[in-house]
Amino acid sequence: MEAPQKKIPADSVGLVAPQKLHFSEPLPLRSGRTIDQYDLMVETYGTLNSDASNGILICHALSGDHHAAGYYDAGNPKEKPGWWDCCIGPGKPFDTNRFFVVCLNNLGGCAGSTGPSSLNPETGKPFGPDFPIITVRDWVLSQARLADRLGIRQWAAVIGGSLGGMQVMRWAISHPERLRHALIIAAAPKLSAQNIAFNEVARQSIMSDPDFHQGRYYDFNTYPQKGVMLARMVGHITYLSDTLLREKFGKGAGENFGRDLRGGKLSFGFDVDFQIQSYLQYKGESFSKNFDANTYLLVTKTLDYFDPTVDYDGNLSKAFDKSACKFLVVSFSSDWRFPPERSREIVDALLQAKKDVSYLEIEAAEGHDSFLLPIPRYMKALQAYMNRVANECAGGKA
Amino acid sequence: MLRADLQLIQDWIAPHSRVLDLGCGDGSFLAHLKTTRQIRDYGLEIDTANIQLCLEAGVNVLEQNMDKGLKNFGTGSFDTVILAHTLQALHRPDEIVDEMLRVGKNGILTFPNFAYWRHRLSLLTGGRMPKSPQLPYEWYDTPNLHHCTISDFDELCRLKNIKVLHRTVVDDSQHSSPLMRLCPNFFGINAIYHITR
Repeated sequence: MEAPQKKIPADSVGLVAPQKLHFSEPLPLRSGRTIDQYDLMVETYGTLNSDASNGILICHALSGDHHAAGYYDAGNPKEKPGWWDCCIGPGKPFDTNRFFVVCLNNLGGCAGSTGPSSLNPETGKPFGPDFPIITVRDWVLSQARLADRLGIRQWAAVIGGSLGGMQVMRWAISHPERLRHALIIAAAPKLSAQNIAFNEVARQSIMSDPDFHQGRYYDFNTYPQKGVMLARMVGHITYLSDTLLREKFGKGAGENFGRDLRGGKLSFGFDVDFQIQSYLQYKGESFSKNFDANTYLLVTKTLDYFDPTVDYDGNLSKAFDKSACKFLVVSFSSDWRFPPERSREIVDALLQAKKDVSYLEIEAAEGHDSFLLPIPRYMKALQAYMNRVANECAGGKA
Repeated sequence: MLRADLQLIQDWIAPHSRVLDLGCGDGSFLAHLKTTRQIRDYGLEIDTANIQLCLEAGVNVLEQNMDKGLKNFGTGSFDTVILAHTLQALHRPDEIVDEMLRVGKNGILTFPNFAYWRHRLSLLTGGRMPKSPQLPYEWYDTPNLHHCTISDFDELCRLKNIKVLHRTVVDDSQHSSPLMRLCPNFFGINAIYHITR
């Protein structure tokens, strides 16, 4: 008997498979340490054209990975597509008929690239807390080596939302000759004290879990799942907006502020009363089953440390001085993690540096997570911008 | 097809200059100047449909409300700042004129002349707020907050020590006539100013 086949939409990249690429040249890190060799998990969609001019790089955010679009399992009708499937595919903004789309799991990740849960060749045990702190600059250097490996001298565009947008900025600053367009979405020039504060709560949640064992939980055959769950719960709140939560959990009678009850009445105890509580617990728990605690710690540090002005006297426009690409900056009205003002700081720095830049502030209720969603105006804008990027690719049709 | 007033303006824009168009609409004027004058183009716009058209036209468009100021633009960072048919719709037209000449070395602006004789006549005889092809709105539902006349604007320039490099007064087909040149504030429908400090 044949397995039930799922229906793959016509505008999907379809079934995809990641590949693991090994890099044996040591990677010098901003911290002063070095990673001698490493693997990167990579997924690509579309075809690189003859003059390798149609490559676009997708940079993922905190919890993302290389699986940005398409499906792995034709037999699993419940499988969700990659995390940016609404943007990547034939006829979509990052049109796989025209672009060669590259997405990787960043170094330090937990989806196949070398990270804290990988085996340390020196000890034969997982790196755990011995894995070096990786900065955005280090990621971008490893991505540049990936571009070399793929034969891409210059990206048609480097694209990312949130922490992904920070990688895009670093590309434009550190490797100005290697990209023609930079799409910086729902990002910020650097984290604010409030942003760092939320990350600190996340880290403390993980590190205070008794199963954490100073990050060596692998050796104890255990896992700080509760800590990761708490970290994700607090993070998740910052990705959504109050408006969205009120809509999502306010389907009961009248305007009830999103206070829909789970069991129909108050329990007068400390268990779950409101839908939002179980939703948040569910989100935190399902995340905690698939994400490495040390990677979470590491990436929050990567976020905290990001400051592209550090070599430029704190001046962002000076940092962009050598950038040669054109910029599209997009923010979302209800994003309070990286609100529109933070994107405007990027835009203003680019204006001061006399760079080509367009800026859009998309009206959306979904908060920071808006950048992952197929919001019609946002999709149309990306489509229009990328259409022009595709037209510039000298090699023409892939 | 380029709007006729824009046709006149483009002669005042130097090749390879940096141009900021406040209220750039669908971006077609900037796109045109990119081709004919090789300018560095930037447009401000708040209408989402227009912003989309700008992206399609490949011009740099910034979603920004100029009524909230131009503080994010550096002094002297542009050669020319354009404000076409928007002056009368701003909260503080005098402040935007100052800002235009801070950000740009020179400014170009156009506005409908409220003292055009037909407007005068309609007020005089009908006693109602004038309506015309340039002013098609009802008084209670109009984007126009501060109507002004050519004499008013000349006075504003005098008060602010603004130098008028060019002034053209035209009709709806963007043509001038001896009468308009003789008595612009009476016969002119649209005013086009090229100003600097």
